[in-house]
Amino acid sequence: MRTENQKAWFLVLPVLALVAFNALVPMMTVVNYSVQETFGNNQFFWQGLDWFEQILRSERFQAALGRQFLFTAIILAIEVPLGIIIALSMPRKGFWVPVCLVLMALPMLIPWNVVGAMWNIFALPRIGMLGYFLNEVVGIDYDMTQNPLAAWITVVVMDVWHWTSLVVLLCYAGLVSIPGAYYQAAKIDGASAWSVFRYIQLPKMKTVLTIAILLRFMDSFNIYTEPFVLTGGGPGNSTTLLSIDLVKIALGQFDLGPAAAMSLIYFAITLLVSWVFYVVMTKDDPR
Amino acid sequence: MKKRALIPILYILFLMLPIYWLVSMSFKTTNEILSGFSLFPQTFTLEAYRVILTDPTWYCGYINSILYVSINTVLSIAVALPAAYAFSRYRFLGDKQLFFWLLTNRMAPAAVFALPFFQLYSSIELFDTHLAVALAHTLFNVPLAVWILEGFMRGIPKELDETAYVDGYSFPRFFTQIFLPNIKAGVGVAAFFCFMFSWVEMLLAKTLTAVEAKPIAAVMTRTASSAGYELGLLAAAGTLTIIPGAIVIWFVRNYIARGFALGRV
Repeated sequence: MRTENQKAWFLVLPVLALVAFNALVPMMTVVNYSVQETFGNNQFFWQGLDWFEQILRSERFQAALGRQFLFTAIILAIEVPLGIIIALSMPRKGFWVPVCLVLMALPMLIPWNVVGAMWNIFALPRIGMLGYFLNEVVGIDYDMTQNPLAAWITVVVMDVWHWTSLVVLLCYAGLVSIPGAYYQAAKIDGASAWSVFRYIQLPKMKTVLTIAILLRFMDSFNIYTEPFVLTGGGPGNSTTLLSIDLVKIALGQFDLGPAAAMSLIYFAITLLVSWVFYVVMTKDDPR
Repeated sequence: MKKRALIPILYILFLMLPIYWLVSMSFKTTNEILSGFSLFPQTFTLEAYRVILTDPTWYCGYINSILYVSINTVLSIAVALPAAYAFSRYRFLGDKQLFFWLLTNRMAPAAVFALPFFQLYSSIELFDTHLAVALAHTLFNVPLAVWILEGFMRGIPKELDETAYVDGYSFPRFFTQIFLPNIKAGVGVAAFFCFMFSWVEMLLAKTLTAVEAKPIAAVMTRTASSAGYELGLLAAAGTLTIIPGAIVIWFVRNYIARGFALGRV
């Protein structure tokens, strides 16, 4: 049981100061821009909520948002079941466990633009391994700089390659925490493999699985560097996800007002969905 | 049992393929790369690595990256430790709200912060310093470190604190001499995650630097565009960025599963 102690605030103070400096000041800058119009040379005019209205109505934003949700939905639908299956079939102890874990975690430790560059090289038609294999051996006409579908598949496969291990590692951590006695009891009762999964393994994985889905949702919704390096958002706008579009508007066209309004809408959506996850996740938590 | 082992093996094979391709390409000559497909390097060359390790713009990129990542890790852990202790041991006014607010910063899209960060760090004259990148990365690393450490600390029974206080330990002495050794694994895992996320993040690191503190990956993009398309060089630089991650992960290999679960298993 945790005790009531207001002096604990002093222990939290350094974190508070640091994060407030990093989060509040930039956030206020964004809010400032989002309600003003500027023509350069530091002149600002009050604009009210016009930018928000304009962004929400613009087809460009709606398209990017649609692509973003589609992308996140696809990768969650692939990575979560795949991660569970791999975690279930991993060895529980022995020499191979750390080897498996280290090899699986490796993609997550590669800088994000290297991941993009690596997949770019990998997918080059004729020269890259994947591109060569698909074009010359299988005989599919595969070129992600020309074909939007090929670009989409490459981006999705890259993300699966990059992040499925996160789900695997989390589920695996949940699985090894199940005492052996549970399995013995199930065996005595003659439970099928499915019931063992449904009534023993899945409930034990619930917390970690929620963390996995929460992290995967947040990170895939905010994804920028990897698809940007891989496809540059193209061909056309076909793989321009929300962050890519935002950076284009903010740093490319320097449209500060619309970019700021878009930032806030973007952040609000992430926050809302994550909050729902968080509430569900900590529902049974004693904290 | 044998059939089941096939799934992880296939999965690891899938993970290793692009990495193999990157590494193998780094040993090829530019001619060989452009002339078509070859599974192994035909003429094995270390030229790309020689260029990287002798040209200061290249190897300084590595030093810069390692510098700001280290500063960030130390800073994040140092401030997160007392905060995580407070969250795991005490109830105080607004604790839940504060905890969630910290987490929201982990949720913020980095793209949202790119421009305001550039202006903020320019205005306090930290632009293009290692400290700027290290500070900017605390935005998402501090909440994560607090979250992980809190999970590990919760596993330590409160009796440990109480006994120590009865024995006459002051808080700082108790914390450094008794409590910290007990959550060694947690500190290791939290440090690993800070290292990892600071090492892989590029958008902010690139926005906040120009020359002096430019990270290696930014050097890579510049080279890719200016010096034609030198794939071999790019592949070698990419290969070298994998090594630090591979080294640190080996140290925490026994804790990574629990670490990724943020200590909550």
